[in-house]
Amino acid sequence: MRLFVNVTLGGIAEGLIFASVALGLVLIFRATNIINFAQGAMAMLTTFIAFSVLGRGVGYWPAFVVALACGLLLGGAVQLVLVRPVENKPPLNAVIVTFGLLILLEGIAGAIWGNTNRSFPAPFSERGLVVGKTSIAFSHFDVFIVVAVLVLAGLIGALFRFSTLGLRMRAAAFAPEAARLLGIRVGRLLTLGWALAAVAGALAGVLVAPTSVFSPSYMDLILVYAFTAAVLGGLDSPVGALVGGLVTGLVLAYVGGYLGGALEPIGALVLLIVVLMIRPEGLFARPTARRV
Amino acid sequence: MLEVEDLSVSYGAVQALRGVSFEARAGQVTAVLGANGAGKTTLLRAISGLVPVQRGTVRFGSRTLTGMAPESIVQCRVGHVPEGGSVITELTVEENLELGAAWRYRRRQRAEHIEEVYALFPPLKERAKQRASSLSGGERQMLAIGRAVVSHPELLLLDEPSLGLAPIVTANLMAVLVELTEREGITVVLVEQNARSALSIASWAIVINLGSVVVSDRAEIVAADSDLRHHYLGF
Repeated sequence: MRLFVNVTLGGIAEGLIFASVALGLVLIFRATNIINFAQGAMAMLTTFIAFSVLGRGVGYWPAFVVALACGLLLGGAVQLVLVRPVENKPPLNAVIVTFGLLILLEGIAGAIWGNTNRSFPAPFSERGLVVGKTSIAFSHFDVFIVVAVLVLAGLIGALFRFSTLGLRMRAAAFAPEAARLLGIRVGRLLTLGWALAAVAGALAGVLVAPTSVFSPSYMDLILVYAFTAAVLGGLDSPVGALVGGLVTGLVLAYVGGYLGGALEPIGALVLLIVVLMIRPEGLFARPTARRV
Repeated sequence: MLEVEDLSVSYGAVQALRGVSFEARAGQVTAVLGANGAGKTTLLRAISGLVPVQRGTVRFGSRTLTGMAPESIVQCRVGHVPEGGSVITELTVEENLELGAAWRYRRRQRAEHIEEVYALFPPLKERAKQRASSLSGGERQMLAIGRAVVSHPELLLLDEPSLGLAPIVTANLMAVLVELTEREGITVVLVEQNARSALSIASWAIVINLGSVVVSDRAEIVAADSDLRHHYLGF
């Protein structure tokens, strides 16, 4: 029982990290029909920038803000410089561009910071909370993960749901031409969409770093899990990304907890295959058909 | 007044418009008629900036629209209802209307203008909170027109509003259009394959064939010309 509780709690925290990366993938996919393979690498870069800032004796929180702000800038810049030229081109072009960016960013990070494993600090204790007399596998830092991801997802959700800007962004994503006829500057909003997606990624980057080895490739596996989560959720539903992230986190935690940690990547693969076989459109896909 | 002069558009090797010139008089409905593939839709898309113009100019009032982006042309008070309406099916009826009003009005003022659209098209009010995907064809067309007129355009470009609608629904839609244009003094360019219903509300008509204007005359004269009807209008 205690193992079950601990594994579940660990799964929730990890699942929300997947959810944060998946949210970025979904925001980009539904706006531009592109899978951003560099989503993890971009988060890695912003986390390394925060790491450098930390190394200069700045406190954790300023470095945290720097990571998110760099995410915003990096996401916008990537869309403007690399993605805009491949919009409305065959989908393979965008795959190659984002995949190339992944390799490029990991190479740059390796050249600057080296490919050794480092450790990234956590702002809160990583020791398990004590409930009654027993210690559980859920730390203050895990609480922070849950709160931070839910707050960011809530803010992004509120932006889309309640603001005119969000309404315009949805219109630009769903029907770019109709949106232009309504005076919406679609290009700018797509840039903003990428920027927000990269912020969600940057948040995941700083949340993952303290709990794993920290090297230029540390987000690779996270991206695979987040992709599983995004597909599970339906690839173009932000709510789906959150739920998909949680389910993926829990499944992987149970696989890791009961069958052994080495099986986690296989668990993700099996989950992905099962989803694609049973419900290929995902749990929360839009009801309408996509134009092709 | 809308003045189109010597407008040419091509899609690669296909010449869609060949030096089209016409005027749409202020406050009147000008019908653009012609067979499928004649270039009617391209003409509207060129006016609102959705396709690049090869040669020629489009002026509305004192402004030259040629070369401007669609999102800027809207702000010159030009509303375009594309073929099939292109309502955003993932959004609710009200959200679609909000977007139509958003470039011009602050949030508080929008409700008032959206109410005006509901007064024109009562079925939309009942479905305000439903997704546009749940609307019937006629309601979608109402929403598409409502979304364009909610910002009070001075020029309204309508692309086949009757497409796929039952005759009675088309008649109602045309009646509302007439009411609207008369009340607000909107200049309307109405592209239609359904020449009969378009000519019934238009005061001027042009007929396009293979990208060129073949006739430009008063609507009742075009409607009365049996050769023209037989060759180009199919009724």
